[in-house]
Amino acid sequence: MRKKKTKPPQDGFSRRDFLKGAGITVSTSLLPMPGTAAARPEGSSEVLGPNPVPITLSINGAARSLKVEPRVTLLDALRNQLDITGAKKVCDRGVCGACTVILDGRAVYACNVLAVEAEGHKIETIEGLGTEEHLHPVMAAFVDNDAQQCGFCTPGFVVACKAFLDKHPNPTLADVEHGLGGNLCRCGTYAGVREAVLEAAKTLKGGHANG
Amino acid sequence: MASCKYDWPPPGERSLIGKRIKRLDGPEKASGRAKYTYDINPSGLLFAKIYRSPCAHAKITGIDTSEAEKMPGVKTVLAVMGVGDETHWVGDEIVCVAAESEEIATDALSKIKVQFQELPFFVNEENLDQAGDHAKPASTKTKGDASKAFSDPDVVTSEGYYGIAAITHCCLEAHGNVAQWTGNNLLTHSSTQNVPGLPSQFGDSLRKQGVDVSDKNVETICNYIGGGFGSKFGTDEWGIHVAQLAHKAGRPVKLMLERDMELEGAGARPSAFANIKVAAQKDGTLVAWDSKSWGSGGFPGAGMPPLPYVLTGIPNITTQHTSISTNAGPARAWRAPDHPQAAALTLCALDDLAAKLNMDPIEFLSKNADLSARGNVYREEMKIGAQLSDWQKNWHPRGDKTSGTVKRGMGVSIHTWGGAGHPSSCGVNIYPDGSVEVNMGSQDLGTGTRTVIGIVAAETFGLPLEAVKVNIGDSKYPADSASGGSTTVGGVSASTRRGSVDARDQLFEVVAPSLGVKPEQLVAVGGYIQAKDDPSKKLSWKEACAKLQVKPIQALGRNLPRGMSPCKLNDSGVGGCTIADVSVDTETGLIKINKMVAVQDCGLIIDLKTAESQCYGALIMGVTYALFEEKIMDRITGRMLNNNMEFYKLAGIGDVGDLVVHMMTGPGYDERGTIGLGEPPVISPGAAISNAVANAIGVRVPTIPLTPDKVLAALEKGGMA
Repeated sequence: MRKKKTKPPQDGFSRRDFLKGAGITVSTSLLPMPGTAAARPEGSSEVLGPNPVPITLSINGAARSLKVEPRVTLLDALRNQLDITGAKKVCDRGVCGACTVILDGRAVYACNVLAVEAEGHKIETIEGLGTEEHLHPVMAAFVDNDAQQCGFCTPGFVVACKAFLDKHPNPTLADVEHGLGGNLCRCGTYAGVREAVLEAAKTLKGGHANG
Repeated sequence: MASCKYDWPPPGERSLIGKRIKRLDGPEKASGRAKYTYDINPSGLLFAKIYRSPCAHAKITGIDTSEAEKMPGVKTVLAVMGVGDETHWVGDEIVCVAAESEEIATDALSKIKVQFQELPFFVNEENLDQAGDHAKPASTKTKGDASKAFSDPDVVTSEGYYGIAAITHCCLEAHGNVAQWTGNNLLTHSSTQNVPGLPSQFGDSLRKQGVDVSDKNVETICNYIGGGFGSKFGTDEWGIHVAQLAHKAGRPVKLMLERDMELEGAGARPSAFANIKVAAQKDGTLVAWDSKSWGSGGFPGAGMPPLPYVLTGIPNITTQHTSISTNAGPARAWRAPDHPQAAALTLCALDDLAAKLNMDPIEFLSKNADLSARGNVYREEMKIGAQLSDWQKNWHPRGDKTSGTVKRGMGVSIHTWGGAGHPSSCGVNIYPDGSVEVNMGSQDLGTGTRTVIGIVAAETFGLPLEAVKVNIGDSKYPADSASGGSTTVGGVSASTRRGSVDARDQLFEVVAPSLGVKPEQLVAVGGYIQAKDDPSKKLSWKEACAKLQVKPIQALGRNLPRGMSPCKLNDSGVGGCTIADVSVDTETGLIKINKMVAVQDCGLIIDLKTAESQCYGALIMGVTYALFEEKIMDRITGRMLNNNMEFYKLAGIGDVGDLVVHMMTGPGYDERGTIGLGEPPVISPGAAISNAVANAIGVRVPTIPLTPDKVLAALEKGGMA
């Protein structure tokens, strides 16, 4: 009879396991985003952690100070520490887009960005785009076209759509299918999403008022 | 039929029912403000994680949690299995930990030491020959004399092997709960399809664990749920554990499953495989069916597709089903339990027979439709589906004979479902200031339940939808039932209608004297309470409610079991059809969906917009399970190989093709009342797509999902490559 000691099940190699406990080197080169404001001078590097470190994040125009372990993702910091819960945790490995936020004008998966990396960058979440009472035109288009069922993927879709339309104000249907291919829905709302994005593109150009 | 005061208003008098109306909670969801269980962060919250079995089948020989318990930030450790217990699948729960942060809880798991004695396991149920003791005969059925019918020299017989793999629910919001105690009162935020049922489940299970709590002291809240699809009816073991952890720690605790566990253990749709023989006369009249089927829903085995599906009136039938237990996470109801499998097996086998008979499958199914419970409905639906898919132009006999390596094909399937309304009660309050509140211990899975309740109440009061406040998602409200089996719309629409009519009639009683008419002469329409025959005698809704002075109206409506009421508010039994138009690249094996058409009846439709969304969603889920989804188990380690969303593929926005939905409405449908819609349209896409692929490449790809490797293997065996 064979006995063995085992570790808890893990899904193979994980980014945070790799970083865990060893401290982490943050340098501006970690962020492959040209033209972004850097927190630290070009080329410098600093070893952070493993204990919590104080950081300040710029979220929807407000400065928020918190202490995070360097291994904590931007998504977990938003949700668990700041109670900003619009971005959802679903796949937790950069596949489904439910955690999409805008970092310096670019849509990113918040589960693939460490909170410490996001310092010095401009973070926009779904909460910054509009409210229930004052819907952003993209949100209004999602409501009008019923581009949501359970709604769990919706904030990520709305944010990704907003960032997409900022860069592609005149999209074709093919552009939409390519540009929003990084967001997944389980209920199957893509028919509505396709309509919503095209409608929002019109609204944002002043085609007709919706939001 | 005798008329009844609760009956639905006649078609000409409906201002909201049947229109395309935006869902009530759309703005809350689209703005990211909707709070799901995962988003509940009470102060003092602890985070829980679970140490799970890494072995598919093993006996525990030692557990040591002492190091984890000593870690700073770890508040509570709870071993839920002990030495001598057996784990039956990778992911079985062994120890739960609650800590100050997710990170500390994760670290604590690595300090837990468990020793196992590994035991034999089995995870690949498609290999019936290797199942051994894991296989158990489940049922047999005999009707007529099938062997005699097959031996008739004048019949055409088709034989084949068909199958559909086990898939997961893959809810985007993982299963989980936040548990909070105040004294002996437990409040749970639960991601659940069963708000009214959870308190007693929590009470029962916790008392068995020695926790002193009564059912009435448990409240469950679920305002929003990020997907359920049949997998979220119970507290689950982890729900009980999180309540125990919170009780022990004296602090609120959140436990949401990790994605790997969500896919491994929080629900699977059972697989189904079958060797099928089916025969028809030369004119296409079906005469005989024989199937030997098997499948598994993991541990301890489940699932039995109803065979033959839909065309149950085939005169000569033999069936035999074997249920297999595997060492994989347990099965749960998956949107239309057993039906997508039954459709995949039956409608693919019938399609092969139609091809052998050189018949158009729509003609073949139409000819045999009276072997079902609703032949005329199917014939009408397939006719509409054919028009919407340009079937006459695009269908061809099996095998696209045009030149080129990309082949195009068309396929069809039909399905059925019950969808009778479940027991439901609804509290309706009208206040002297004119405000209206509808309270129900129900839940909206994203199907539009909240909106349906609001529409029914607003229609009854002659008010706009915004004038009605709908409160659901809390077990403190009058109890509805679990949302499963497409039973919700029938239940909530009837209870809301009855409660609203009673409340409205009470208001009529109060205001009638001031208008100088009898209460039964009054109607509520367009924001007014007015005399039916003399609209000059009227009060605005607000003026009418002011007559209540200080006493609000409180009514309680119930959906009575069928037969107990003369009112025809709901019904059961629907048919539908799905048509697929696909292109297959014979060099790569890749399938592209060109177009999917769904034609569906569901009786009276309350909100056409969210009803159509259900069908669009079902087509998309159907494309996903037809082309991509499979719970892939490793026979060497017993683990699920694709326990993440990178390799457990869901269709993306570019994978689904053109989508067309046609709802059957109007005479013949409306007067049946409401019937559930969630399940039926998801049943047929797998069979329709498989049939379209066979039509394109001239050969059957035997099992779903229709992955490129299987398409190429089928082509090698004898297609058009």
